Amino acid sequence: MTTTVLPRVNYLNVRHGVASWLLTKDHKRIGIMYLVVVTIAFFLGGIFATGVRIELTTPQGDFVSADTYNRLFTMHGVAMVFFVLIPSVPAILGNFALPLMIGAKDVAFPKINLLSWYVFVIGFFFTLAAMVFGGVDTGWTFYTPYSSVYSNSNVLMTGIGVFIAGFSSILTGLNFMVTIHRMRAPGMTWFRLPLFVWALYATSLVQILGTPVIAITVGMLALERALGFGIFDPRLGGDPVLFQHLFWFYSHPAVYIMILPPMGVISEVIACFSRKNVFGYSFVAFSSLAIAVFGFLVWAHHLFVAGISPYSAMVFSFLSFAVAIPSAVKTFNWTATLYRGAIWWQAPLMWVFGFIGLFLVGGLTGLFLASLGLDVHLHDTYFVVAHFHYIMVGGAVMGFFAGLHYWWPKMTGRMFSNSAATLAALLVFVGFNLTFFPQFILGYLGMPRRYHAYSEEFQVLNVLSSAGASILAVGYTLIACYLVYSLFKGQAAGANPWLATGLEWKTESPPIPDNFLETPIVNEAAYKYSEREIEVA
Amino acid sequence: MPDGVAAHADPPASATGFGGAGHHPALQHHFQTLDQQHEAATLGMWIFLVTEVMFFGGLLMAYLLYRVWYPEAWSEGSLELDIIQGGVNTVVLIASSLTMALAVRAAQTGLQKATVRWLLVTMALGLTFLVIKFFEYKHKYDLNHIPGPDFEFEGPHAAQVQIFLSLYFGLTGLHALHMVVGFSLLAVMCWMAHRRRFSPEWYTPVELSGLYWHFVDIVWIFLFPLLYLVDRARQAG
Amino acid sequence: MLEGIPLFPEQASTLAPEVDNLYFFVTAVTAFFALLVVFFVIVFAVKYRDRTGEKVGAPITGSIWLELGWSIVPFLVSMAIFAWATIVFFHMVRAPDQTLEIYSTGKRWMWRFQHIDGQSEINELHVPLGRPVKVTFTSEDVLHSLFIPAFRVKADAIPGRYSSVWFTPTRTGEYHLFCAEYCGTQHSGMIGRVFVMEPNEYQAWLGGGGGMSMTARGEQLFQQLGCVSCHLTDGTGRGPSLAGKFGSQEALASGATVVVDDTYIRESILTPQMKLVAGYGPVMPTFQGLVNEEGLMSLIEYIKSLPAAAQPAVATR
Repeated sequence: MTTTVLPRVNYLNVRHGVASWLLTKDHKRIGIMYLVVVTIAFFLGGIFATGVRIELTTPQGDFVSADTYNRLFTMHGVAMVFFVLIPSVPAILGNFALPLMIGAKDVAFPKINLLSWYVFVIGFFFTLAAMVFGGVDTGWTFYTPYSSVYSNSNVLMTGIGVFIAGFSSILTGLNFMVTIHRMRAPGMTWFRLPLFVWALYATSLVQILGTPVIAITVGMLALERALGFGIFDPRLGGDPVLFQHLFWFYSHPAVYIMILPPMGVISEVIACFSRKNVFGYSFVAFSSLAIAVFGFLVWAHHLFVAGISPYSAMVFSFLSFAVAIPSAVKTFNWTATLYRGAIWWQAPLMWVFGFIGLFLVGGLTGLFLASLGLDVHLHDTYFVVAHFHYIMVGGAVMGFFAGLHYWWPKMTGRMFSNSAATLAALLVFVGFNLTFFPQFILGYLGMPRRYHAYSEEFQVLNVLSSAGASILAVGYTLIACYLVYSLFKGQAAGANPWLATGLEWKTESPPIPDNFLETPIVNEAAYKYSEREIEVA
Repeated sequence: MPDGVAAHADPPASATGFGGAGHHPALQHHFQTLDQQHEAATLGMWIFLVTEVMFFGGLLMAYLLYRVWYPEAWSEGSLELDIIQGGVNTVVLIASSLTMALAVRAAQTGLQKATVRWLLVTMALGLTFLVIKFFEYKHKYDLNHIPGPDFEFEGPHAAQVQIFLSLYFGLTGLHALHMVVGFSLLAVMCWMAHRRRFSPEWYTPVELSGLYWHFVDIVWIFLFPLLYLVDRARQAG
Repeated sequence: MLEGIPLFPEQASTLAPEVDNLYFFVTAVTAFFALLVVFFVIVFAVKYRDRTGEKVGAPITGSIWLELGWSIVPFLVSMAIFAWATIVFFHMVRAPDQTLEIYSTGKRWMWRFQHIDGQSEINELHVPLGRPVKVTFTSEDVLHSLFIPAFRVKADAIPGRYSSVWFTPTRTGEYHLFCAEYCGTQHSGMIGRVFVMEPNEYQAWLGGGGGMSMTARGEQLFQQLGCVSCHLTDGTGRGPSLAGKFGSQEALASGATVVVDDTYIRESILTPQMKLVAGYGPVMPTFQGLVNEEGLMSLIEYIKSLPAAAQPAVATR
């Protein structure tokens, strides 16, 4: 790796001024703009989580009132689910990297891409407004009839925010799908695509088919709350469980929106730092599609104790086991990729190792919850909270950071401190396990979730959990520090600091506005490390 | 500033005859040919329509569940709707799809004035639909049949009829909203056609507006029997 | 077990060991696979480490046999877990034929338990050791969920519907009872204690007062609300006879049939025209607002107790 100067003209400096950003059609700038908003949402969600964990260090509800606590955990969930986890990898890393990876100048619909950012920001503003005006206390799941009739909080405002933000996700999915179908460079056949692109394609399928359903569900909730329409009202013969079916029909596939792109990142990073093809490329590619499809068939595993028929429960339990298999296949393929590789221990790979460890636990504990005989006991306890945090934070967020670190040199033209980044990965890994592993035990003991105050015997495990959360906070803060520092003092990265394959590494860092001087022509498969000389930037 | 003009990556000349240097004013710079742009735009619109199917789908699922649970209430609620107004609206919309298709055809064959005229007729028919809908809604309002705290209904299944009407307003209201969007879209198309922006080489926006309009029509073709025709065989005239 | 840090809830019902054994099995299986993968990742990462970053890995692309292997084996293992878990689940949802029935209502933010003999308690539930108990409950307002960790039972309380859990207590003592579905401000305060007592102590406790039995209360309401004037036992009244009807199939005016269970009786009292019995006109008025959830449960108990006139009642569940 030689030190080179930054290219004279790149997408960051080609035009200056706020207007040039707010009116940009460049997918790379739009990715950065999403990064800014998502970071703010992550920070906000983190503050709410801090409030929750401080309260839970003692069994009594002595830090905040019950109402405040209920708003804290609700808003933590809303901020993190809709404004961090759903957009983070697709809208930040996907927007930035997808056109580069397929050799295109931009996505299919750049203006719609910008529109989707504005829609996202507007949705975020509505949700922020709801938070400022007292928050919402229904849980991020908005179950009726509490949310439609009884809650005295800003349900409507939050619902509008979520509704609007959903359209951002739909537009991104639509854009990516058309981009992948129609904008691939000559020679870039489907089976030469990087696996991150396959992951984004599968994610787009879910975004397109699932998100409209949450939109209309929130819409129905809004009609009920604002106008007194009685669709879920049991006093009219309406069915509150219908809301749950409609809600989870999206919200379960939504978790695959959250995990599929990070899984794509893992494939990219593990190939690069093993200097090896991903083992079982087509299996990994197809497993993304399989997860997307099967993910639509399991929603009622959230309703096992909500009065659905036992036979119906059996079907959904079976399918929930089935959906785990493609994820297992990916994990084995990643492990096999390491076999006889030339493993270069750099920061992005450290985040990948963290991902694998934590995703394993998260995914496998899903099997506990898919098991009917166990779910009855575990449903709505801290076991569930631990499970989904392992997947969402241990999986999706770590995967996001792996990708952010991987593509940071491409996005900014700068290198960050490898040792600081490795330390951060370690802090997050340790802090995370300390925070959430005790929660599995708490869950089996019977501690219910969404509890402001709890029984004395649960305290020690809760204190461990809160201690872990403080380590997590340090880790995340550290990331912000060294990444921002790198913007000013980081070494110039050059086109290909990681010596990776992939079209995005064949152009400058940061790239020129049109990505490539000439449209690349592709004539080999992805990840051809072992068959050719690696170019040095 | 370096330009991203494709060098040895020129695709084969498309039917439009535009390739390398000098391109159609409507060709956006991130596409290589008008064909590619047209295919991308069309695929995008079809995908958008799929999301619309899922959007209406949620309401239709609720409808399905409650119709199975409360068949009498569905029957009573449906009979409260005016089949004449609903039927006329159905004919109006089907006609508007015909005129829309004629507008697309006119644009395709370069007939500027005809394009504008057919678009205006389509808009007029769409407006007719909305006006008739307005009168239907107003009638419901007068009878206190709008669900909510002021709902009044005589009959043993009043509570479930309220659910039926909630779904009626939800479905037709959502549909009407889509009609308004479609109407605005056609207004823009009219303007563009008037300014002679379309030609046989490029009339994609008209074509895609047509797809959207046809979709909104098809939604109504589902809504009409589901809402208005539930138990008409039983109606005593 | 580490002093002060509990790791497991007590096993206080016949279901608890079943659930725990399944839990241990799934833990063992998942721990095995997790450790296996972690082992290989660590070994490969260390063994094949290249500090220069400039070497390349071996040209391996895949192996169909490995793919099949590590798809099929996990699938079979999953199916084993699925099968065992489903069996345990069916034990949980199928109560035995003879159970001690207890009724309950959840409302923000308390649980009220009603014993058939008339004892009622708030946020406390006394049950006898060694007998199957079935708690049938609903919610008066929002979703709640009845959760007794030591018994390993849970079901959501849904307004407008009845849910139930059953258990056979196996250890005397005091156990937690929690609401496990978020229901607003005092969700974490909607908790209670379950007391499992020796059978003779339970009888003594029951005898300690509580007033009218549920059946008697139901009969009282049946008179007070005027049900008796239409539902004559000989079937000649304006409404069908209810004698022995509980658990039987009833033909409806719409042509469908329905099983006369708790839910149907509750519906018929609150929304009488919805499922009209064949041969009767839609003349029954609604009693919504005139009788509360406890009253409804008492009426149901009373109707359950009515002996059949001619045919025997078929017990279903």
